[in-house]
Amino acid sequence: MTKRIESLKVIDNKPLKKDFFIIELESSEKLPEMKPGQFVQARVDGSKETFLRRPLSLHDVDYTNNRFKILVQVVGKGTESLSRLKTKDSLNLIYPLGNSFSLPEKGARTLLVGGGCGIAPLLYLGRYLKSHSIIPDILLGFRNSDRVLECKDYEAVGNVFLTTEDGSAGEKGFVTNHSLLGKARYDKVYCCGPEMMMKAIAGWCKKNNTDCEVSLENLMGCGIGACLCCVVNTVKGNVCTCTDGPVFNTKELIW
Amino acid sequence: MVKLGFSIGDLQFKNPVITASGTFGYGSEFDDFLDISRLGGIVVKGTTLEPREGHPYPRMAETASGMLNAVGLQNKGIDYFEKNIYPRLSEYTTNVIVNINGSCIDDYVALTERINRLEKIPAIELNISCPNVKMGGMVFGTNPVSAREVTKAVRRVCLKKLIVKLSPNVTNIVDFARIAEEEGADSISLINTLLGMSVNVRSMKPSLSTITGGLSGPAIKPVALRMVWQVANTVKIPVIGMGGIMNADDAIEFILAGASAIQVGTASFIDPLASVKILEGIESYLVTKGFSDIREITGLINRSK
Repeated sequence: MTKRIESLKVIDNKPLKKDFFIIELESSEKLPEMKPGQFVQARVDGSKETFLRRPLSLHDVDYTNNRFKILVQVVGKGTESLSRLKTKDSLNLIYPLGNSFSLPEKGARTLLVGGGCGIAPLLYLGRYLKSHSIIPDILLGFRNSDRVLECKDYEAVGNVFLTTEDGSAGEKGFVTNHSLLGKARYDKVYCCGPEMMMKAIAGWCKKNNTDCEVSLENLMGCGIGACLCCVVNTVKGNVCTCTDGPVFNTKELIW
Repeated sequence: MVKLGFSIGDLQFKNPVITASGTFGYGSEFDDFLDISRLGGIVVKGTTLEPREGHPYPRMAETASGMLNAVGLQNKGIDYFEKNIYPRLSEYTTNVIVNINGSCIDDYVALTERINRLEKIPAIELNISCPNVKMGGMVFGTNPVSAREVTKAVRRVCLKKLIVKLSPNVTNIVDFARIAEEEGADSISLINTLLGMSVNVRSMKPSLSTITGGLSGPAIKPVALRMVWQVANTVKIPVIGMGGIMNADDAIEFILAGASAIQVGTASFIDPLASVKILEGIESYLVTKGFSDIREITGLINRSK
């Protein structure tokens, strides 16, 4: 697969609730093949404090118009700067990077679990699964109703269930407390969100003998396997999250 | 056509742009972006006798105009390098230099003897300046006695060109440059990273698992440039300058200050094309200024007095 460096046109930068936003980008060329779970490295211009690129996962891809979306949460100066991008601005990316979620076996009962900004890669994953005739359950967790993002897109690819920590929307508590996990049985779980949440879901999967893939959000230097900064400890030793991941089967991780 | 070549002894480099160790992997990470054979050379990831896992995550912290790293020389060791990486590297038509590291002098000597056998590796960069390992690395490069011992021992067995990479974490870098030259180094490269640290005020913990790490990026450029200038005015062997070079102007500053060549490091993380852009920029600078050979401007600021 060929990676490229390109300045893409910002088609739209839509603010969502609180500090979330979705940037839609357009390439002047035909998009390369982009898989669910892959990410881009975005250059942040204009500040000495944002020296390195920011890794952001693919939220949705539209090959027909050579466009794709990234869902971003403001967590620091880099993402804050990205939130101010306007239509017609350009954004320099290295993409597509990393491995991808694997396709489950035909007919597998599948669950996607996302927390906060970790829901970002699950939309494109859901769309991919749907195109392979798998309709997943999608469990999304947020802090409170102020932060619940639009779930319409997710509803188009699966059955959506919600939790909020304060119970202001969906069931009260963390995703791991949701009643769904007490009832349903799954063959495959995909998860992205805060590390605590992913570890809890990985634990649940282990107990239930369910295969689980997680997408890690380690700090990255280069994103292309050159700096060896984003490593995670696995059964094979330290490996780069950017090239061996960001998606890992939890059986490989030493957590 | 502008002449861009330089040489270390009888080893010719087609141009003065080399990628720095630990910032360019083994080249293949960049194959999608550029033709590596256009470069003057590449210095591959620091290599040790045995495989090393490096330090635990987090090993990187972004800082103003730079970054700290504490990778800790993660690499798969010389056996793996020779069997799995070297065959592919030998296809590049540029000088591939191996950066070597050890915990003791015997390690450095043994590694040098292994690399002597690799026909397509024309030079060794002796790393006595890694700040991220407890044994070896900077321990050698910040003590004049051990810096001399390791350089002497490696020189005795080294059949390749020997480049000694100096640490900036010393009181007087000129002393170490002199030692390297006296012990037979063919070239000196500098600077390795500056020892630094960062604390995360949100988590109230050090940003790096090792607490301290090596600072690189444009933040260190003025320090690097000063040291390169000092060393270039001291030794007769070619000096390879590095430290925060992000663009052609940065590179030209080092050359005007006396560097025969430069290495591009951290810049490749932000722009994988940085090295070729710098090469093109140096060439067009020389054309614009009316020079026909880069050697006309090497150390130019030191000649006008």
